[in-house]
Parts: sequence; structure tokens; C-alpha cells
Amino acid sequence: MDNLLISAINSTLATVVRGVQVVPGSAIAIDYIKNSYQNDPFRVVLELGLAIYAVKYMLSKKYRIDQNPVQLTEKEIDELVAEWQPEALVQPLSDIQRMELEKTQVIVGAQGLKPKVLSTGKNLLNFASLNYLGYITNEDIKKKAIETLHKYGVGSCGPPGFYGTLDVHIDLEKDIARYLGTESAIIYAQGFSTIASVISAFSKRGDIIVVDDGSNFAILKGTQISRSNIKWFKHNDMADLERVLESIRLETLAHKKRPLTRRFIVTEGLFQNYGDIAPLDKIMELKHKYKYRVILDESNSFGLLGKTGRGLTEMYNIPAKDVDMIVGSMANTLSAAGGFCAGSKEVVEHQRLSGQAFVFSASIPAMLAVCASEAIKILGTKQGEKLLKGLQDNAAVFRNVMLGASQWIEMSSVAGSPILHLRFPNSALVGLGVRTRDEERMLLQEIVDEVASKNGVLITRAKYVESQELHLPRPSIRISICAMHTKAEVEKTAQAIKAAFGKVMSSRK
Amino acid sequence: MGKGSRSAVASSPVSLKATPLSSQHHAKFQEGLSVKEPKEKLHWKGFSSSSKNRAMFKTSYDDIMEEPPYFYLITTYLSYIILSFFGHVRDFYGFRWNKKAYAHLMPSNGYAALTSDWDSFWTRNLKMRIEDCFSIPTTLVPGRTINMLERVTKDYCRTFQFTGRLKEAVNLSSYNYLGFAQSTGPCADAAEEVVHAYGLSSCGTRLESGSLDLHTKTEELVAEFMGKESALLVSMGYATNSTTIAGLASKGSLIISDELNHNSLVFGSRLSGAYIRVFKHNDTQDLEAVLRDAISQGQPRTHRPWKNILLIVEGLYSMEGSIVKLPEIIELKKKYKFHLYVDEAHSVGAIGPRGRGVCDYYGVDPKEVDILMGTFTKSFGAAGGYICASKEVVDHLRLVNHSSVYGESMSPIVLQQIYTSMWSIMGRDGTGAGQERLSRLAWNARYLGSNLRKMGFIIYGDRDSPVIPLLLFNPAKIPAFSRECRKRDLAVVVVGFPATSIVASRARFCVSASHTKEDLDFVLRVVSEVGDILGLKMSSRQALEMGMEV
Repeated sequence: MDNLLISAINSTLATVVRGVQVVPGSAIAIDYIKNSYQNDPFRVVLELGLAIYAVKYMLSKKYRIDQNPVQLTEKEIDELVAEWQPEALVQPLSDIQRMELEKTQVIVGAQGLKPKVLSTGKNLLNFASLNYLGYITNEDIKKKAIETLHKYGVGSCGPPGFYGTLDVHIDLEKDIARYLGTESAIIYAQGFSTIASVISAFSKRGDIIVVDDGSNFAILKGTQISRSNIKWFKHNDMADLERVLESIRLETLAHKKRPLTRRFIVTEGLFQNYGDIAPLDKIMELKHKYKYRVILDESNSFGLLGKTGRGLTEMYNIPAKDVDMIVGSMANTLSAAGGFCAGSKEVVEHQRLSGQAFVFSASIPAMLAVCASEAIKILGTKQGEKLLKGLQDNAAVFRNVMLGASQWIEMSSVAGSPILHLRFPNSALVGLGVRTRDEERMLLQEIVDEVASKNGVLITRAKYVESQELHLPRPSIRISICAMHTKAEVEKTAQAIKAAFGKVMSSRK
Repeated sequence: MGKGSRSAVASSPVSLKATPLSSQHHAKFQEGLSVKEPKEKLHWKGFSSSSKNRAMFKTSYDDIMEEPPYFYLITTYLSYIILSFFGHVRDFYGFRWNKKAYAHLMPSNGYAALTSDWDSFWTRNLKMRIEDCFSIPTTLVPGRTINMLERVTKDYCRTFQFTGRLKEAVNLSSYNYLGFAQSTGPCADAAEEVVHAYGLSSCGTRLESGSLDLHTKTEELVAEFMGKESALLVSMGYATNSTTIAGLASKGSLIISDELNHNSLVFGSRLSGAYIRVFKHNDTQDLEAVLRDAISQGQPRTHRPWKNILLIVEGLYSMEGSIVKLPEIIELKKKYKFHLYVDEAHSVGAIGPRGRGVCDYYGVDPKEVDILMGTFTKSFGAAGGYICASKEVVDHLRLVNHSSVYGESMSPIVLQQIYTSMWSIMGRDGTGAGQERLSRLAWNARYLGSNLRKMGFIIYGDRDSPVIPLLLFNPAKIPAFSRECRKRDLAVVVVGFPATSIVASRARFCVSASHTKEDLDFVLRVVSEVGDILGLKMSSRQALEMGMEV
């Protein structure tokens, strides 16, 4: 629809421009129209008055993308309609898809360190759920939540623009901004949907986005919906990033007359698909050199990395204010729900009207907002530091065991990351005669099943919408470390997983 | 409130049923209501009872969007021209002599402007002046009344300061159709228990060990409620649309979308990569024309047949108050073999004798609709959304819906709120409280809507709609209406361009089952008073509405 409209308006304008060019002083007027084309065709139409408004409607009705329609009689159309057989809405599930569904564990009762799973009725030691700092069992948070329930009820029953902004939302926004050290912050109702809205609120058609190709799916969808020019650089490869930025610079030099476009570097703090960390210092250097804005997705790093959990900026000792937009999630690390974007006042205020998932969605339930606020409060205290330290220690214990099995287990995660991706090394796969992705997935599932039945440990493979990913990561098992586990438990689990890898591989040989 | 409307209310009790109107009536009304109808008077008494009749008679009368008198139309356009003119003058000076305030709109230091000044012209120069009418912060439960945090501005709405006082007002703004937004009662009690038993989060995505037994249990109940085989829950209403459609349509498919479909549907459709065509709002003739053209011509340029066609409509349009013409669409579906996706964000719980949305309202078998989508934010006082469909489709979606694969799963407290409220609507709690809420909502919607019509306001939408848009037209009336109502302790939502077309600025009332008749009488009194001040009673149909001969 927009496409049609924009091209329709575009063609109208082109004709008008040709006519106007003969008039002296027309250059200013043409510039005026050209500038407005990029983002909002509606407004210029308004300004040029009702006359063009009418013309626009006339043209958009006549306009059709198919310039070459076949002339058909009504009878022929009826026949074609009768003849047409659509495909089914969805295709039947493949074997591996069915396996995927069947193997998905359902937790009976509360999540926690040792939840009960439905399939066997056993309690398993949890290394799969996102409960890094053990907030899920925190009684203080629960108490606050119940207090909130008795004041606010559950739902907020409205989008933020229409009476859906609660005082607890405003408080949470302030808490986040204060904690990160940014001017302002805005909260969204779902973590996943946040970054796509943030990207598309700022980056429009004609703008340039340079993205790490190891980025998560949410970022991919955000770049796609923005309709900007997307350039990919190799995962965490700063030389490649510089190469891309340089090539864009040269290209803009060649087209000097073009107006300056907005340019963004989008990357993740702690990569969801790899468990490694973006070199923020180098990225900031390049950002300043080439004049890009940085959108940093801290969905997995906010609340986990840095001494007090302030994320990547704290870890690299870079003021959070210098990063243009920090996007994070309150669902992953704070065990609440929703997402946020922190930045300058302008960045945040713009989203209050243009962040689509903000504007068009109901606000987050008060209880969950309060829960997030409480979780942030804990982070700032001694208790929080202790939890983070425990998390780091546990991650290190697990990691050390895995490093001892590097011939069977490839680990992309770096030291300090509580997310660990375990994969088969390529060489091992060749040795095993595993050729397809599906076989690899099945093998990893065997490991998951093995440690569940034999060692009583709950782990999961990383799941993807395989058909829609652009840079699909290789299949992996994703471990989420929790600060509340004892070192002995972590050590034992790691050994069990290592053994399971070994066993599955030797059984194939 | 005028005497006439009072007596009209008394003489014709508002019924929950649709008004039977003959098709000749429709034609006549569409001709601009100028024809005098000699024999048949418009009667409000002979209501039809069966759903079938409702379906038959529910055609264009309700959907006529009455045009305002020319005076209002012209002054509206003029207002916008004047406002834009002043906006440009302000910008002209601002860019030159107030660089600090305009910094983010200008390229600086090698960076392009953060947002284009074109993009934000509207916001800066028009919306900013009336910012006090939007994003009003509130506290406590958004129930029968709402508590607004009082704020003042000293710099023309650029910044606000809280006074620390609360202002309580009758709440016509929240989507609390069935009144389940409560901090006490069975829902709150159940939610409290769940906090103890489950905590607040389910800690992960649905596919990666973030699935709780509560999810399964609630999904089963939702599927049963909607009369479908299976259901999938998504933690955010917006995302239910925006992350699902890509799993149903792809390159080579055609999505046909109502022109007024919600942003989340547009977002999802765009992500799918399918070709998108639009038809006129709730116009089944235009839809058929689009279908015939699309199927006979095939894909653009190649003329290959479409893989499949997905028609996406909403059950109840939240800005228009119009209810989708489902029976006619089902007829078309049989002939043109498209798949049907109905977004019931506003209609589920809010319409239908059993509160089960448009299918229930029309007496259509839910099996006729491929995908029933809806949200829990509104009628259920919770959050998130659902997709109901055949088991095959839902299983497929579990694997490809972005939210279930990558997004957080629904929080236990939200699940419990859905479960308890739905349980009550279904009457399983044995109290009949749910059914009472449904009847109260239906009565309230009819009562408020018909009385506003009788007062001479231009009201859009269907008579059974709990969303009642009252047309304001002139831009200056947007803030005036909101402020005057709030002054009189009534909280209303006002919307203007770009959420509506440029002329059709409106106030939107959302009726709730929690409102009493006294509340609605209060509302009518306030709105009538404000309507008199602002000159909003401009409908040419008032007499007709009151049952007089035209």
C-alpha cells in the first residue's frame, strides 16, 4: 500500500518538477519536495494543499503495479476463480519439526533451580532457563509484586498514549536510565519486539545500517522492516567493519550531492547466538571516526556483564551516554518482562510517537514493571555484586571443563559469559559422517536427552526459526548458568555434558 | 442532556439485539436521508432475536460514516492549513535563531539529523500544543474510574511537573470491556496464589524450556473458549500479529488487508515478504473486486497463480467501532478459497452473547475461520495474545512464530488472570458473574451509543460496539473536548491525524461492564454539555434516531 502510494506520489512529483524547473527560483521548491519524500509522503501532500491531495487520490486509484494486466471477460474470470487451487495454509510438519515439538520440555510448577518436568515427572537440575541471578525465587520481589497486585490489578488495559502510562512505568524508566547513566529510557511490553521498533523508528528508507552478521533474529527483523540499506560485516570482525564503513564512505564521496543520510552500526553486547562479546571500544572508535550512531542490543548483557551488571558500557568503561541507543530486555536477566531503550532525551521522546511496538501496544502489567525495578535495585547493592560474582565463578567452572574437551566440543562463548554455546567441531562432524544440519540437530538432541535421563540435568538446544534466519548459526546446545547453583553442581553437570558428548560421538563411530 | 433524548430513552428501552432494517432502507439512507419514508417508520421496537437475522440485517446502515455539514469540513481543512502555516513560520525562525532546541533536527558534526524535521513536523508544531491530552500518567486500577496524576506545564507542554495530587474521573478510556481490571476479587486472589507458587516469570522462550504447565492449561481453555482445536499464547498482543503472519504467508502468497487494519497486522504482513493488497474498509464489494482481479491476474508481472491468499480483517475496529461483515466474508471465502485471519483484539469478550467474539456475534461456526487471533489486554484485564486454529496450523506456528522461538513466554500471573477471567466468562465458576458482565457491557454499549446519537452527535460504528467514536472534526476541538471532559471528571481518549484521516478527528469512548447506569447518565450529561459548548451536535440524523418521521 505504502509502496504504491509512494511511487504514485513520486511519479506525480516528477511531472510537476519538470514543469516547475523552467520557473526561476524553482530549485528551492524542488529541494523542499525532494527532502520530504524520504520519510513522509503524506505531509508534503498536505502542505501543497488540497489540489495535489485530490490529484494524489486520483492517481493512486488508477495506479497498478502490474502495468500489463490481461484483459479478461467476467466469464473468464469466473473460470479462473473456479480453477484456482490454493496451497494449504501450512505444510505438514517434517520429522525433525515433530521431534522439535515433542522434545520441548514443559515445566510443572515454578521455574527454579530444580524444576519438575512433565515428560518424566522428575526434578531436573536447571541449566536451560534464564534465571541467571535466581530472581525467580526471590521472596522480596514476590512480596512487592503482591503489593502492586492489590493496588493496580494485573493488566494496564491501554496503550501508553491513552491512559496506559502508570506511575510504576515512569519509575521503571527512571530506574533504568539512572542505573545505566543515560539521560532517559523508554519501556516496551516485550523484549523481543523492542529492537525492531527502535531500529525502524530511526532508520528509514535510504538510511544505512551496518550490522554484525552474528546478530540475533530480532535485529534481523528490525533491519528488514526499516527498509534501509543493510550492510553486513563479519561477526565481531573489526577489520571487516572498517572495510564496510570505508566502502560506504567512498561511495558517498562519489555522490556528493546526495543529502547526508542517517547511518547506524547495530550489534549485540553479549551475542545470543554465540555467547561472545562485541568489542565495544573498537566499535566506538570507528563510530566516532566515520560518524555512525550505535544501536547496541544489550538484551543478554544488561544485568549480567560488568562489575555491577550495567552491561557492556561498564565492562569497557565507556560512558553509556556515548552509545546512542542501548536496547535491553527485562525478561532475560531481570526475570520480569518487557524491553527498554535507553539514550538521550531526543532518542527516547521520538520513540514515544514512532516506536511502533510502544505506540500500538498495551503497556506492561504493573506487577512486572515493579518486579523489574526491584531486580535493578538488587543489582546496585552488595547482594547484587555477590550474585554477579557467583555467576561469573560458576560460568568459569563450567567453561574450564568444556575447554578440556576441545576435540569434541567447540565453544564460541568467551570467558565471563553466562551463556555458553556448545557445538560439534567441524572436524569431528566430518569424522562422524554427519552431513546435514538436521543430523547435527538430532545428535545434539541425543545429548540433551542423555543428560536429562542419566544425570538429571535440564539443558536445551538453541532454537531458531530455521526457514527465516539469514545467517543461521550452526546447531548448538545453549547452557544458561545460574548464580545460585553450587560449584559442585556446576562441575558435575559440566562433566556429565562432556561425557555425553563423548558417548554420542563414540556411539556414532 | 435534552429533554427529548431523556424521554426517548424512557420510551424505547435499549435492547441488545440488532435493528432489522430492510435493504430499501439502506439504499434510502445512503442517498443522504433526504427521502421521506411514508409507510414504514423507523422502529426500535421490533427487534429480531436470532443471530441469523442479525447477520442478514447487519449491513450498511450501521457503517455509514456520516459526513459533517460542509461548514465543519471546510473549517477543518482551513484549521490545518493555518496550523501548518504557523508551524512553518516557527520552524523557519527556530532553525535560524533557536539552534539548541532544533539541534537534533539538523545535521551536526558529520551526523545526519537524528529524526527528519519532516517526520516530526506534525509532532512539534501540532501535537506538542496539546500534549496534555495524551499519555496522561495514571495510577491504581484502570477500572470504573481512573486516577490521573495531576500535572501542570509552564512551557506550553514541553515539560510537565506533577503536583502530587490525584484526579479521579469516570473512565471511558481503558479497554476494560468486561471490567476484569480489578485489584480484588477472584482474579486478584488467583494471581496472588500464582505469585507464591510460580513466581513472576517463566524464564525463557516457549521452545527453550520456558513452557510451564500453566501455558498448556491456559491454551487448552482458550482453544475451547474460541471453539478451535488448538491455541498458541504470545506474551504481547502486538507481537501476536507482528510475529505470526510471517509463518503463514511468504513470497508468492498474497495478503489482502482491510485498509484500516491495525499497525501490528501491517508490520507482520510486511515482514512476511508476501505481496500485499488493500481493500476499502469493511467493503465486501471492493473486497470481491480485489479478489477477482488478484486471482485472475495472478502475481504481478509473471502472472503466475498465487500460492495462496490470506485475508486479514479485524473483528471490531477500535477507531471506527465497526464490526466486520463476517457472514459475507465467509460467503466470499467459499467461492474464492482464500484463508481467513480475523484479529479479535477488541471483539473477543466484548461482543457476542457468550462473549466469544465475532463468530459468536453472528452465529458463525468458528471452524469457518482459519485463524482467530485476539488479545487478553482488553476484555480479560491481562496482557498478551492468542492464535487459535487447527492443531496442524498451531503446531506449525509454535515452531515459526518469532515470539515463541525467541521471545519471552507469558508470565504466570498473566496466564492466571486469563484463566480466571475466562473461566468466569464461561460460567464455570458457577456464579453467573461472567454472564452478567457480558449482558451489562452489551446494554451499556447500546445505551451510551444510542443516546449519544439521539443527542445529535455524529457517532461512527456499529450499534453493538463497546467502542464508540464521537466525531469532532475541527482540530481545535480535540484538546478542547479532552480538557473540558476531564475538568468535569470524565476521562476520554481523543485522536486525530495521523491515527485517523485528516478530517475525522474523534473522541473515543470505551464502555465497560463496570460502569453503572448512573455513570453513563453522568457521561451523557457531561458530553452533552461539552458538546453544546463545542458545537458538536451536528448530525443530520438526530430526528431519525429519535424515531420521528423524516
